[in-house]
Amino acid sequence: MKLDAKIPSGPLTEKWDNYKFEMKLISPSNKRKYKAIVVGSGLAGASAAASLAELGYNVDCFCYQDSPRRAHSISAQGGINAAKNYQNDGDSIYRLFYDTVKGGDFRSREANVYRLAQVSNNIIDQCAAQGVPFAREYGGLLDNRSFGGSQVSRTFYARGQTGQQLLLGAYSALSRQIGLGKVKMYNRTEMLDIVVVDDRAVGIVVRDMINGKISSYAADVVILTTGGYGNVYYLSTNAIGCNVTAAYRAYKKGALFANPCYTQIHPTCIPVSGDYQSKLTLMSESLRNDGRIWVPIAKGDKRPAAQIPEDERDYFLERKYPSFGNLAPRDISSRSAKEACDDGRGVGETGVGVYLDFADAIGRLGKNVIAERYGNLFDMYERITGEDPYTVPMRIYPASHYTMGGLWVDYNLESTIPGLFVLGEANFSDHGANRLGASALMQGLADGYFVVPYTVGNHFATKGPAGVDTTHPEFKKVEEEVKQRTEKFLSIGGNRSADSFHRELGTIMWDNCGMGRNEAGLKKALEMIPKVREEFWQNLKVLGKNEELNQALEYAGRVADFIEFSEVMCHDALDRNESCGAHFREEYQTAEGEAMRNDNDYLYVAAWEYKGVGQKPEIHKEPLEYENIKLATRSYK
Amino acid sequence: MNLTLYVWRQKNADDKGRMETYQANDISSHMSFLEMLDVVNERLLTDGIEPIAFDHDCREGICGMCSLVINGNPHGPEKGTTVCQLHMRHFKDGDKIYIEPWRAKAFPVIKDLIVDRSAFDRIMQAGGFVSVNTGGTPDANAIPIPKENADTAMDAAQCIGCGACVAACKNASAMLFLAAKVSQYAYLPQGQAERTERVKNMLTQMDLEGFGNCTNFYECEAVCPKEISVKFIAKLNREFLRATVKKP
Repeated sequence: MKLDAKIPSGPLTEKWDNYKFEMKLISPSNKRKYKAIVVGSGLAGASAAASLAELGYNVDCFCYQDSPRRAHSISAQGGINAAKNYQNDGDSIYRLFYDTVKGGDFRSREANVYRLAQVSNNIIDQCAAQGVPFAREYGGLLDNRSFGGSQVSRTFYARGQTGQQLLLGAYSALSRQIGLGKVKMYNRTEMLDIVVVDDRAVGIVVRDMINGKISSYAADVVILTTGGYGNVYYLSTNAIGCNVTAAYRAYKKGALFANPCYTQIHPTCIPVSGDYQSKLTLMSESLRNDGRIWVPIAKGDKRPAAQIPEDERDYFLERKYPSFGNLAPRDISSRSAKEACDDGRGVGETGVGVYLDFADAIGRLGKNVIAERYGNLFDMYERITGEDPYTVPMRIYPASHYTMGGLWVDYNLESTIPGLFVLGEANFSDHGANRLGASALMQGLADGYFVVPYTVGNHFATKGPAGVDTTHPEFKKVEEEVKQRTEKFLSIGGNRSADSFHRELGTIMWDNCGMGRNEAGLKKALEMIPKVREEFWQNLKVLGKNEELNQALEYAGRVADFIEFSEVMCHDALDRNESCGAHFREEYQTAEGEAMRNDNDYLYVAAWEYKGVGQKPEIHKEPLEYENIKLATRSYK
Repeated sequence: MNLTLYVWRQKNADDKGRMETYQANDISSHMSFLEMLDVVNERLLTDGIEPIAFDHDCREGICGMCSLVINGNPHGPEKGTTVCQLHMRHFKDGDKIYIEPWRAKAFPVIKDLIVDRSAFDRIMQAGGFVSVNTGGTPDANAIPIPKENADTAMDAAQCIGCGACVAACKNASAMLFLAAKVSQYAYLPQGQAERTERVKNMLTQMDLEGFGNCTNFYECEAVCPKEISVKFIAKLNREFLRATVKKP
């Protein structure tokens, strides 16, 4: 299979504009003859569904939650980047583009990232027009803050709930189209498979989560906006329901999965406190604007933070990366925290945590200023830990947060299955091997508001209607497969819950394919995972039946897919004999413990093709070509 | 600690439903309330009893999915806290805990502790938006908004749409939910063009869905996990009055 990214020719700065002109159009009166299916209703899904409906296309939108407003984009806290340069501090589209490529450790496509930086400004305009209550200065203009991996202030925010406000903006646009009848919304409906006829995605098979009914929906294009797979580690900052199923089902039907080993471990999360833990809570990266990260210099120093004098503290990020300090990128900050804890200098009861200390900032700015900036985050921390971060430093530790890998897409955001588009976190396209803070919201909305309305229109105009409805035998066949699989979960009658298998898998992945990876560990994981899979299909216990709301049954399906998918991740991590961004192979590091990239051998996107359960997938390589940016060793020192 | 749980079990919308008693032993005070239920569910599964169904997702207090009435209080005893962020350190050994779903005509029970809140979506579809299409919008800094107004709009916009306000209200009114959205737009220049129609359409839909009206008991504000102020209900009333007397 030859991967064609379909990157338009011409200079970088003109590619997108020229391409938009070259694309074919559909006249207004013909748009209503086309239908798009959108799976997911987060930033990417809601914005795509609303924008396509505004243009005049018919849209069916699906989400597993009880309302599209609850998609996990809502949890994003810190902000959204844009190259507005409102602060007059030297920002530009090119700088945002450069920072994003550099932050991604030179493993993303130039053309995609440049387009992202270009449309970032439109996003802010769009959201302001929707009535998103961004933070403002006293003069009434928009306020900005700084984020990791950048030396300009380009992050727009709405207190600590930026994701919520942006999602509610997109949800309001979606709601308007639902009210107008242009979008038909299916809540509590989970996509369980995709239907491909004559090498074109023509629909999906879903399960109604209230009555268990399995049914088919056909369309002229299918758009997946189903988020990332961070829950493969069991514990993550993702919502409990976040899963890989939609993407994995597409992969099994022929879509290639790109760079699955690029998983972001976020540096600032509340540490694990016990075995019963169901999720980890993120403390926004924006806290690193004012908080200082440190551990005691002496190993095993168990004194309370306040009793450790200044000269016995190691502000390790400031020491190692003086020019970025506490705002070093996420992958670097996470690894440094892990190193400190592995070295026996971790803090808290478990010794698995580092301090994030606001004492200096409170002394400098006063408690009120800090409360205004981060009040809701401080409250949340206190609710969860029972400790007051205004008086005792926060304890934080890295946790699985975001996945840069995802289904492979070309410049149109179309996967290797024609007619199947993938947006937002579910695709792999823009963040390379590491995503910078406040860029996920930007990408989700860029894809949904400003990219896919053009490229899907072009797809309709060049390919025409799919011409297949749900009476096609392929739909019946896939429905039957889904039904059998569902019955299988219920009929195993073993002794273990899906949750227990998920925990077991999560531990294997965190230990062997988490913040640090090595060949021996990855090979061990590839031996252990098939055993988990085999036991799962023999010893799973799910009570109840299909024809009713059955949360254990839903969960079993998701865990089954996570188990199979985790092998693809390990194969990818094993293939990539270099350290880049969030992918840190312990064999490949400098004497100072920094990541050692290998551009001679690994300057490519690894896209994996399904070859059967338990079989090693086949790798396809898309070479990365840098025409504008000079490859360099990332330095934040 | 050891606890006794009295939990509402209801097979489906047609079932009558009943309270069941379960023991929750060896519960750590560090657990969240939902993690305590996870542990109970895991043990029920071992005993061959179908786990208790309850809504939850983000478990960090923002998605608005979780929705339990604990000892008569929507979201439980802690002020400004969703159930998913309620921790067991607020309970003590030997406590009896009653767990029920949201109770309101407009929120019918689907199963056990899960209710149907799609009425909220339909209220939003009736007017909870600014009618701008994607593209062609002015520069975001073209319209300065006084910080005070932006902050007030944000205070209202924090609503997570969980429905605790309805569950707490003896009239099962959705006025606080509505007020949050109507106020957000009323304080911003972007919301002015549709200000009159928005409040009328959303209130009409609220009535159609079977929610009651506000009689100023402020139970909604007391249970709101985002502590949204009832002053926005006053704003809503004012907006409605304005809309009804304003000439088209």
